[in-house]
Amino acid sequence: MKFRLALSCFVLSFHSLLASAGPLEAQLAAYATAAKAANPAFTGFSAARGEKLHVTNFALGKPDTPACTSCHGNDPRAAGKTLTGKVIEPVALSVSPGRYADPAKVEKWFKRNCNEVLGRECTPLEKGDWLTFVSSR
Amino acid sequence: MKFPPRPLALGLLALGFSALIFSRAQAGGGHYYPPVADPLVKEECGSCHLAFPASMLPASSWKRMMGELDNHFGDNASVDPEVARKITAYLVANAADTGGQRYGAKLQRGVDPASAPQRITALPKWVREHREVPDWEWRHKDVRSKANCTACHADAELGYYED
Repeated sequence: MKFRLALSCFVLSFHSLLASAGPLEAQLAAYATAAKAANPAFTGFSAARGEKLHVTNFALGKPDTPACTSCHGNDPRAAGKTLTGKVIEPVALSVSPGRYADPAKVEKWFKRNCNEVLGRECTPLEKGDWLTFVSSR
Repeated sequence: MKFPPRPLALGLLALGFSALIFSRAQAGGGHYYPPVADPLVKEECGSCHLAFPASMLPASSWKRMMGELDNHFGDNASVDPEVARKITAYLVANAADTGGQRYGAKLQRGVDPASAPQRITALPKWVREHREVPDWEWRHKDVRSKANCTACHADAELGYYED
């Protein structure tokens, strides 16, 4: 009887743990593990670093897109626009809930957009910082 | 049995005329290109630009384009091989010289499908249709790209490309 109680408590708490950790949290945790592996001094992601990444004029990729804001715009809570006029959903999670619910889609766009702006793929640290930034807005 | 020639000729003429009007009306006066109906194609081809209707290019063009996605007008737009296969199948099946012939044939005038043209905006018919658009309009901040159909054709997403 005691054992069954303990078991159900365990199952319940495990269940709530899973429920609170959505795909975005899981993806952030994976980036954190990778960032820690790359640099043992890593202590956590920073929204401030993510914001800097978002607004910096790198001009290292395509001439048309020197910064993230070239298409996403300066206000993370406002919609952006591609060069061909396609409207982009705001990046801020508060305005676009569910925007980062598909990890494969998030990875796909990091790959494409980092290459276009930075001329290379982003590091797990940069990805985590950026996701932390947009989650805080 | 003998047919009265004049009423018959008139009747045929009327029939032919209405058929012409009807087909033009159905095809949106020749400016209707059915929008992409496949959700996968719409998602993958319509995130950065309007998902251009398959009937705007011949099948050879789509095949070539889907094989060169790593350099898609200067962008690396690569997708998973399985996704690419599905997109290609849709575009080829609905191209200007296959399923989308009714809508796209006119746009292919003067085009050799074997040349597999890549830019819709370089097709002779496209160039002719847009010859009156002045340079400053193309450079306007709300236009910027000739691929930005919706800037002027408000219902382009629905398939209508009237003036």
